[in-house]
Amino acid sequence: MPVSDFQPVIGLEVHAQLLTQSKIFCGCSTAFGAEPNRNTCPVCLGMPGVLPVLNERVVDFAIRTGLALECRVNAKSVWSRKNYFYPDLPKGYQITQYDLPICEHGKLLIDTPQGEKLIRVRRIHMEEDAGKSVHDAGGGQSLVDLNRAGVPLLEIVSEPDLRDADEAVEYLKALRDVLVYLGVNDGNLDEGSFRCDANVSVMLKGSDTYGQRCELKNLNSFRFVKQAIEYEISRQVDVIESGGKVDQETRLWDVNKGVSRSMRSKEDAHDYRYFPEPDLPPLHVTTEVIEAVGHTLPELPRAKLQRFVSQYGLPVYDARILTAERPLADFFEACAERYPDAKKLANWFLGELLRLLKEEGSTVTSVRFTPAQLAELLGAVDQGTVSANAGKDVLAEMFRTGRSAPDIIAEKGLAQVSDTGAIEAVVDDILAKNAGEIEKYRAGKKQVFGFFVGQVMRAMKGKGNPALVNELLKKKLGD
Amino acid sequence: MQLTDLTMLELAEKLAAGQVSSVEATRACLERIQRVDPKIRAFLRVDEAGALAAAEASDARRKAGTPASRLDGVPVGLKDLFLTEGLETTAGSRVLEGFVPPLDATVVRLLREAGLPLLGKLNLDEFAMGSSNESSAYFPTHNPWDVTRTPGGSSGGSAAAVAAREVFGALGTDTGGSIRQPAAFTNTVGLKPTYGRVSRYGVIAYASSLDQPGPMTRTVSDAAALLQILAQHDPRDSTSAPVTTPDYSAELEQGVRGLKLGVPREYFAQGMEEEVEASVRAALREYERQGATLVDVSLPHTQYALATYYLIAPAEASSNLARYDGVRYGLRAKDARGLKELYSLTRERGFGPEVKRRIMLGTYALSAGYYDAYYLRAQKVRTLIREDFTRVFKEVDALVAPISPVAPFKLGEKVDDPLSMYLMDVYTLPCNLAGVPGLSVPCGFTKAGLPVGLQVLGRPFDEALLLRIARAFEREHDFFRRLAPI
Repeated sequence: MPVSDFQPVIGLEVHAQLLTQSKIFCGCSTAFGAEPNRNTCPVCLGMPGVLPVLNERVVDFAIRTGLALECRVNAKSVWSRKNYFYPDLPKGYQITQYDLPICEHGKLLIDTPQGEKLIRVRRIHMEEDAGKSVHDAGGGQSLVDLNRAGVPLLEIVSEPDLRDADEAVEYLKALRDVLVYLGVNDGNLDEGSFRCDANVSVMLKGSDTYGQRCELKNLNSFRFVKQAIEYEISRQVDVIESGGKVDQETRLWDVNKGVSRSMRSKEDAHDYRYFPEPDLPPLHVTTEVIEAVGHTLPELPRAKLQRFVSQYGLPVYDARILTAERPLADFFEACAERYPDAKKLANWFLGELLRLLKEEGSTVTSVRFTPAQLAELLGAVDQGTVSANAGKDVLAEMFRTGRSAPDIIAEKGLAQVSDTGAIEAVVDDILAKNAGEIEKYRAGKKQVFGFFVGQVMRAMKGKGNPALVNELLKKKLGD
Repeated sequence: MQLTDLTMLELAEKLAAGQVSSVEATRACLERIQRVDPKIRAFLRVDEAGALAAAEASDARRKAGTPASRLDGVPVGLKDLFLTEGLETTAGSRVLEGFVPPLDATVVRLLREAGLPLLGKLNLDEFAMGSSNESSAYFPTHNPWDVTRTPGGSSGGSAAAVAAREVFGALGTDTGGSIRQPAAFTNTVGLKPTYGRVSRYGVIAYASSLDQPGPMTRTVSDAAALLQILAQHDPRDSTSAPVTTPDYSAELEQGVRGLKLGVPREYFAQGMEEEVEASVRAALREYERQGATLVDVSLPHTQYALATYYLIAPAEASSNLARYDGVRYGLRAKDARGLKELYSLTRERGFGPEVKRRIMLGTYALSAGYYDAYYLRAQKVRTLIREDFTRVFKEVDALVAPISPVAPFKLGEKVDDPLSMYLMDVYTLPCNLAGVPGLSVPCGFTKAGLPVGLQVLGRPFDEALLLRIARAFEREHDFFRRLAPI
């Protein structure tokens, strides 16, 4: 049976670190990159006798996320202990939610080649992160850094609604965009603040029973997610093809080798001995709180994209790029308020501004000029005060210094010459010097026209109004 | 009469009147500890310097006319389950030998703020798991009334130190009777407050949903005064109840006339020692004489309390004690090769047999496939036990019952028979499972001169009534004036 006879089934578990200032059960900072074990206290170190106190901000973030993913927010949810031994787990258990998570039954729309597809979100729960073990510390020693221990996480679990690696990546990107829009997560896969595990199985097409699933871990980029899922699908198909049975196991993606290897079989699976956390009462969320959080929800990426298309008349491609990040979309809208031609504005964003940002390695939040200043520049281009080409140089200078367009145009002498007399004098001069070329042109070699334009523009140091230059040349050449 | 024979409030009066200084009282305790503790072995650690410094500060406040509290300057001791900043805290376990906490438990802070000098750390069953103080990894504590016998447990060190007048009062913790039973065994008063009344922050956890710290003193009035300091809402403990603190001494002397006291028939089961039952029955008649009405009541699920407790408490303990892994503090098996061996050797050497037994019990009860049959069912029965209390408290104001079916037994007598040891707690466990307050007050002696205690159980947050009921009995008897022959 070829691979095409099989239907992959994929579900994703995402762990998203929440952008709170302090940890979930103590007052320690969540800042990334501090000296090891600096951001710790007796509570997150798991000292004897200490107790957790819930950071209410975490609940707020969980509700925000739940509402954005159209979940039911449970009036009562319960904290549980997940018990296992590991050096970076200070208490010997992780405080999480098990039986009764804070949010359930949500959904997220993604784009597929077949059109929009709804992916169901099974549950969202809150939990604490573990610390980090460093195994190559030298001397055969392992070191433990507990700065991350107690950093709040949301675990967002999808239903097995995804059918190939591309859909999985699409779902992850859409989910990440939502979380970043909500301001609850920084969407950073490299630093591990947005992490993903994938549950993958295959079944024969047309079957209604799922195959045995494997869990894939260590998928810390969208590329690895795609590679690992595709690898896993073909691995499972191979196993079945060769008459074998897929074993339930946890597999680790090896980035360097581009293969996954078994980490834990079902037999070795931990018995986490979940039970309700006696140190924390059940969490009650009132309808009033849920409504209040609902009122603070921002416009979400998908809605914004659709609005950019309808309100500004932009192509979907442009709108997608402009709405990929909320600050960029906000900046665009601020500019669009002051400059009416949204398509032209979008071209300047996509062509120039994003290039400048990329070159500088910065984001739109650090742009030094104001929306009004950009509108002013684009107005100057429209009026012919400065050529479109020179305008790009002006923008680059504005980007670097934050100075206004008129200042830069004046200082650099970039103002376009639209004085017909001045242009005519240059045109006459060029024509007089190139009698031979005129012959060729008149003999029908029309490409020579470009040569004349180039000569005139060069003589005018690029400042001649191109429309006028063209017009005068044509007139003089007798067209 | 010696200075150390005074009750807390008697000493406080003398301190207030300037007749004695806190330094004198503290020195008197330290001298007595030196003299009698070799026989009692209540102390794991004496903090002479810390106690004297606190006493000096107290005397200065008294002199300036600005005492920090009614008990400012009255020296007390702490069960070694309470974290004390800068002072080793072991929970009676090898696994925490040498562990010096970076913080004070909330109740320790409250005592310091109230000006009470802290004399040191008192012995206990390892991690508070035991009923005789014999599971302490260090040594057993002896009962001041008969040094061949147990002072009870797990707060046996606290009870013995109070009874031997080494301290004026002490803090204990009660998970299944660990304050009340040792109080009954030593002719002292022990109060387990309502779950959530006193902060657990900084108290080394045994079973989180049952643990509750409380006062251990020689008189009911002392217990009220000490509880007054301890009973504060603590934002660091999410299970601490945000309720106001009444004046526990205000209604102490109001007697029991007109009160309805329930006598739970399940608490007078077969197997109770005759002399113990006789003392308790005599106490009940005394209440009747004073104008209370005794009501025969039933708490039908009492018989399941022991099984329920020995599923829930070990389950929570198995998780609470996972942190003692040799990685961050306490004992570490330095010769271990590899992580698994580090865990197994550290825990093998660090924990005693009773702690290991309960970790295994609890791990089993929580395991996949067994959870529903054990832990979940135990939680359901726990609800039934709680409902038993809710129901009878609609009918009566409080319950009066025995604490322990037996008088203090010989050290070594039950060490090899854990089940019979567990059975000692059969009358104290339901109170913890229900979360209601319970108190032990001396109610007599056996012919051999061994103390017997009476248990008073009440509605949640009704500690003031329990103290008033206990005081009504105490007032008419001189039991608390009888001093252990040590």
